[in-house]
Amino acid sequence: MTVDEETLTITCTVNGEAVRDVVPVRRSLVDWVRHDLGLTGSHVGCEHGVCGACHVQVDGRVVRGCLMLAVQADGARVETVEGATRSGRVAVLQDCFFERAALQCGFCTPGILLQAAELLEHTPAPDRAEIRAALSGNICRCTGYQAIVEAVEEAAGRLRA
Amino acid sequence: MTSAPETTAPIGMIRTDTPAIGRSMPRAETRRLLAGRGRYVDDGAPRGCLHAAFLRSPFAHARFTIADTSTAAGLSGVVAVLTAADLAPVCRPWQCRSGAFPGLVSPVQRALADGRVAFQGEPVAMVVAESRARAEDALDLIAVDWEELPAVASLAAALSAEALTHPELADNVAWRTEFGSADFDAVFAGADFVVEERFAFERKTGVSLEPRGVLAEFDPAEGLLDVRISHQMPHQLQLHIAEQLDLPIGRVRVACGDVGGGFGIKMHVYPDELATCAAAKLLGRPVKFVADRIEALATDIHAREHQVDARMAVDGEGRILGFDIHDVQGLGAYSVFPRSSTTEAMSVLRAMGGPYRFEAYRARLECLLQNKSLTGQYRSVGHPIACAVTERLVDLAAARRGEDPLAFRRRNLLPVEAMPWTNPAGGRMFELSHHACLDAMIGLVDLDAKREEVRAGRAAGRLLGLGFASFVEFTATGSQAYGAAGVKVAAGDTVVASLEPSGSVRAQASASEIGQGVRQALAQVLADGVGLDPSNVRVETGDTRTAPHGGGAWASRGAAIAGEAAWRAGRRLRGEILAAVAALVQAKPADLDIRAGEVVEVATGTPRMTLADLADLVLFRSHELPAGVRPQFTVAEQYHRDDDPFLPTNGIQAAMVEIDRATGFVRLLGHWVVEDCGRIINPLLVDEQIRGGVVQGIGEALYEACRYDAAGQFTSGTLADYLVPMAGDLPEIAIGHVETPYSGSSVGAKGAGEAGTCGAPAAILNAVNDALAPHGASLAALPIKPVSVLRALGDLGAGEAP
Repeated sequence: MTVDEETLTITCTVNGEAVRDVVPVRRSLVDWVRHDLGLTGSHVGCEHGVCGACHVQVDGRVVRGCLMLAVQADGARVETVEGATRSGRVAVLQDCFFERAALQCGFCTPGILLQAAELLEHTPAPDRAEIRAALSGNICRCTGYQAIVEAVEEAAGRLRA
Repeated sequence: MTSAPETTAPIGMIRTDTPAIGRSMPRAETRRLLAGRGRYVDDGAPRGCLHAAFLRSPFAHARFTIADTSTAAGLSGVVAVLTAADLAPVCRPWQCRSGAFPGLVSPVQRALADGRVAFQGEPVAMVVAESRARAEDALDLIAVDWEELPAVASLAAALSAEALTHPELADNVAWRTEFGSADFDAVFAGADFVVEERFAFERKTGVSLEPRGVLAEFDPAEGLLDVRISHQMPHQLQLHIAEQLDLPIGRVRVACGDVGGGFGIKMHVYPDELATCAAAKLLGRPVKFVADRIEALATDIHAREHQVDARMAVDGEGRILGFDIHDVQGLGAYSVFPRSSTTEAMSVLRAMGGPYRFEAYRARLECLLQNKSLTGQYRSVGHPIACAVTERLVDLAAARRGEDPLAFRRRNLLPVEAMPWTNPAGGRMFELSHHACLDAMIGLVDLDAKREEVRAGRAAGRLLGLGFASFVEFTATGSQAYGAAGVKVAAGDTVVASLEPSGSVRAQASASEIGQGVRQALAQVLADGVGLDPSNVRVETGDTRTAPHGGGAWASRGAAIAGEAAWRAGRRLRGEILAAVAALVQAKPADLDIRAGEVVEVATGTPRMTLADLADLVLFRSHELPAGVRPQFTVAEQYHRDDDPFLPTNGIQAAMVEIDRATGFVRLLGHWVVEDCGRIINPLLVDEQIRGGVVQGIGEALYEACRYDAAGQFTSGTLADYLVPMAGDLPEIAIGHVETPYSGSSVGAKGAGEAGTCGAPAAILNAVNDALAPHGASLAALPIKPVSVLRALGDLGAGEAP
């Protein structure tokens, strides 16, 4: 960072690890996890809260990583797709996305996985309309969504079994 | 001979009698993307990497003088502020030229504008700084004196030539052409009736979710420019970077990691990307530029701005006699380099009437310069316009005859026995299956039930409509298009395949992976070509340092062209393997086969040697080989078609819609596709290409528009203004296939990536008009906006706000 940027020191946990960092106050949460922590699984698609590629979880809820500043994560518990992958929290979804070819370029996929996981945690047996509604804040430009909806539906079934 | 160690699973453990070609398989590499381990351009940066931001024109057309850059340059963290004069010594200007479009008017373009800008968003200066944020801070400190000039925005303004896109030109015409059949007038004069319509298509763009981005690093000691970029054709770009930056082509490396969507956006030369390469060369430090979303929406190539006056003549038996089309295309400020923007309009002209038999054709075209972003080859280039125009005219003709639109189509679709045939629009038609697709569609959509649903719904007061669209998509372009025009675009592809230790196969291909799954498809083809399981084949693409020169990803070419190269490479490698084993076991090669990674006797299936053992012997113990046995375990095959400039594909789409009378919103109730892309290598991936393509076509039909005001101000700069389809907007999309393999190749594949986009807007336009027809209303403009629906229904006056 440049010498004259205003910064704050924050402390939080990211994917279960304690992190302390000096952060420019204007840095978005997603830029911070990507460029300062090297967690590049969260992506930047629009920077104005429409596309959902930047999704990360903060204190158990999915947020737009581009609409939250890194300094606002001070004291918070942050989880990215890398953490969710390591813990196995999204493993069944990942299997179903893989098998169903529910991704093409993959840029939207981490954000969608986190959103879908949140849905299934609250609604274990969603119908297709509920899945579509839950994903209404995620743009996928490649698949046309149907494969994603079917993968989430399949994952819900496997998780209930 | 020692056997492979126990820990190495020998090839051949996975036995299958199912050929890999035709098998639905997930893409092996998506595991990595699912885990968040993709490597897109912005995911990495070398130490000391600098970041670029561009000062872009706020005006559509203006002269300017950069009065001061010193304040910006003095900001801490800023390394350089660069203008046209700074880049001129390291980056040549360029100009779009094509032998296919003689006399094309498109002025010289530069990486940074020099004294005049011709569209809003055109870069005029760049700041290179320690961070993107600091570079953007500095943009605000650059002092520019602007003198706004009259701007050309709409097609009407461009035609009137009251204002000029470029003051040195006489008018705004970039190119015009006219052609037709000799008997055109006589055929139209003898028609029973002629239907006609004026169609309007708004601009749209590709919206790859990963924006364009580039990371350039120059090593002055080696004179080597290393470019990481999100791009569809690394080799094409390598050539142009070398030419513009005056480097030998071998001193430019272009590497594409994971590419977050292309759709035709990432296949052109962009000023900001070349400026980033030039800055890296000038500064001797790595420089990264990643477009933000407003930069992407405003400066990625746009497409599809056309006004089309079209007529179709029909005889007394309900047979189509001919088409007459006058297309006016909004080109943008320049014809895009290197492929030209006029290509889209020519694609419209060539695809008109594609599915049908007809005698006469007349086409007139004007491609107009405008002070707007450049246009280019977005997915299904031109075809959706030709399809919407043709299919709407077909529905109008069927209605005029009081006839079922499918009965009218059935009579006029080009039958199998009439092919091969070059139609009056110049489209060479062969190996198409229109009637089979139509029959399959009737079953897929459950036509009688759907029509009853529409009838019952209408009786209950609902505005329901069912629409169809037959289509032809020209795919897998041969070198007759660009090569003959003197445009350096590779129409062939090459695959280099090697037998590796452990008996697996590794290949380098000149195709590009942009999410469509071409690496998986090539792995399946190679697997069958050699005789092993696709899980033991690894295909790499995208890096000019390792991949042979070739076409990349465009025109739905991966399966048809690189796929054929892969097959031939696989067969050649198989031949080398069989010859080597035959020499070792004293058999004839013809008596041996490779099955599931093992060389066996053809007649009995008796195993003779695994590929793992063979590779072990040849690679590590070649002294044990009989004298003169030198198998070539790295082979290459370059493939291009000798004839057939395009591989036509065909199909039919259907859409069912409901219009909300109160709001004018169109809701999609169902969408169906039956298509024929020849031999299907991986049905799972083909279906997803179709679905994704359909949804981009749905966007084109209902939501997406790059809007400009009369002064050329871009007003669609966010994803809240530029609407793309979201999960909740969409119906289920059912897909059926007819398979008519291309007889000119071994694999028989044609293109599949664009068919969905080709026919969806037309099917929806026809469905909406079917819903409006009982109310005496109709529409002929895309996207279909709620306000247009209300106006068409008479529920909203012409000047009345909703």
